[in-house]
Amino acid sequence: MRAGIGADRRFGGEHVVTARGAVRPLVDRAAALGRCQLLSLNGLLVSATGSLVVGALLLLPVGAGLPLLPRAAAALRTLSDRYRSWTTRWSGTPVSPPEPLGGHGHGTGRRTGAARVLGDDGFWHDLRWAWLEPLVGGLLVAVPLALVDFGLFGVLVQPFVWRRLGPDNWYAFVPVESTATMLAAAVLGLGSIAAGLLLAPAALDLHATWSRRMLSAPRTAELVRRIAHLTDTRADALDTQAAELQRIERDLHDGAQARLVALGLTLDRATRLLDTDPRAGRELLLDVRAASARALQDLRDLVHGIHPPILTDRGLGDAVRSLALDSHLDVHVENGLPGRLPTPVESAAYFAVAELLANAGKHADAHEVRIRLVHTDGALRVTVTDDGHGGADPARGGGLHGIRRRIGSFDGTLALQSPPGGPTTATLEIPCASSSPKTSSSSGTA
Amino acid sequence: MRVVIAEDLFLLRDGLIRTLQDHGFEVVAAVDNSPELLRALREHEPDVAVVDIRLPPTFTDEGLKATLEARRARPGLPVLILSQYVDQLYAHELLAGGGGAIGYLLKDRVTHTAQFVAAVRTVAAGGTVMDPQVIAKLLARSDARGTTAALTPREHDVLELMAEGRSNAAIMHTLHISESAVAKHTANIFAKLGIEASADDNRRVLAVLAYLKNAERIAQPF
Repeated sequence: MRAGIGADRRFGGEHVVTARGAVRPLVDRAAALGRCQLLSLNGLLVSATGSLVVGALLLLPVGAGLPLLPRAAAALRTLSDRYRSWTTRWSGTPVSPPEPLGGHGHGTGRRTGAARVLGDDGFWHDLRWAWLEPLVGGLLVAVPLALVDFGLFGVLVQPFVWRRLGPDNWYAFVPVESTATMLAAAVLGLGSIAAGLLLAPAALDLHATWSRRMLSAPRTAELVRRIAHLTDTRADALDTQAAELQRIERDLHDGAQARLVALGLTLDRATRLLDTDPRAGRELLLDVRAASARALQDLRDLVHGIHPPILTDRGLGDAVRSLALDSHLDVHVENGLPGRLPTPVESAAYFAVAELLANAGKHADAHEVRIRLVHTDGALRVTVTDDGHGGADPARGGGLHGIRRRIGSFDGTLALQSPPGGPTTATLEIPCASSSPKTSSSSGTA
Repeated sequence: MRVVIAEDLFLLRDGLIRTLQDHGFEVVAAVDNSPELLRALREHEPDVAVVDIRLPPTFTDEGLKATLEARRARPGLPVLILSQYVDQLYAHELLAGGGGAIGYLLKDRVTHTAQFVAAVRTVAAGGTVMDPQVIAKLLARSDARGTTAALTPREHDVLELMAEGRSNAAIMHTLHISESAVAKHTANIFAKLGIEASADDNRRVLAVLAYLKNAERIAQPF
């Protein structure tokens, strides 16, 4: 018993600490025990499937394995995926799955099917796991189960059977031969149950660590996936950039450039009129002044759309406060940023916040918005919460898609929680470094 | 009237000097960066300074920072800030002191010489001048929230001009109405919005600005 509790302290210290004073509800521990039971029972299934696969492999030379192997491999994958999803759900850290069995595309025949399976890294990983899981994983989860079962035997069974069993009836180190020793056995049994319950979360944690090591996709598969993701986001970034340049070109062409041409024409007319009709010429010159002001405003709007000057001046925190002042809503900004962020990240986050703020006013019918900016765990996190009616569909909004594309190049993510009736919370995360307030974020000197 | 100018672009600096000299100002110093601006403000103790917000060495909001620093050393030092763009946050920071003798205008307002010179004089006299864009945004917010809903369209126009820091005479001229009409409108505005009327021009501007800002419960950093 003592050793059991000691193990718990080593492997899951936090459980012991929080258990003191019954802070951590008993329900959690019972649930952990249930999960151990589930894993333990499934261990049999894993074992059987592993044997099935090996059987199919052995039957390959005689041909009977050819149709059998792809099915057995698929069954194994279904089972290992079930373990992956359990591990992910219970530990909160996702387990990266391997490529779908047989790689891309579908097998055309039985031979190709079996050949594909044999050439699949993920299959061999699954098989290795199938043979080791019942031994290692099964043993791990069996420890708390055994303690509880043994305890239950002491508490529930011994009191009724000890009279019939007679002498030489030992419960652990207690010879159960009288009511007193029977009660001692019951107390010991209770201790055993408690130890099993205490140990269950730790055993489950260890099992999750073990499963993650065995079931995570092979490194190459992860890298292949990463390269595919990078290729996609790079293409997106180039597209976005090209579209942006086109927009700027068009805006200049239709805006400031056109106004300047018109301005030149009007000036020309005004010069000619100065001799014949000075009054009309004067009117035209006043028009020219107004037109030049409009051209300037066009340029200002364009510059703001490319990179807002306040972002250059003050960084993301103040730029968002400026957005808040421009908004018609009640916007509260909580700026927890320690200093400046890389310029492209600041820019992407700024436009994302602007979009989210506009959405809150336009679609959600909100009155109050809270924006929180923090930099934790090597990432910028922006949360925008509004008190609108919610029900925003993350799949639909074109603006949200635009935000995702923009931040995709930085491996950024946008999560949207918008239950009907509100409130809506958008959480933006962009991995990046943060410089201290006094250090310039320019590259080179690091 | 003695004035210090800070503007890093030669052409604009030259234009500003000429314009102000033509209107009877004495330009005691014209500098192109913020350390020199701070020195000039200390040495010459001008009646007013005209400062470009973006100055060397950082080319960010150097002019604004220098202004706030100089006004900490000498409260009430009249400064008119010029900028290629106006930002509500900067407007708030400039108004935060609450004392007046401050102006914040878009650079191209300089081309309306008469209005620009009037703005410089207003600031020098301790008044407050805010760019129409700043006021338009403040009013748009108030309108969206209905805090100025009680005003008639004409009163709305008058409120806008008052907030920019225009005098009754200037309002009369701009809206082509009589002086008594202006007085009537302003009295109505103050009554409807619950602003305390004041004979002092600057206090009136500050009261109107405070109303527009506060009616909106402007976001403060936590």
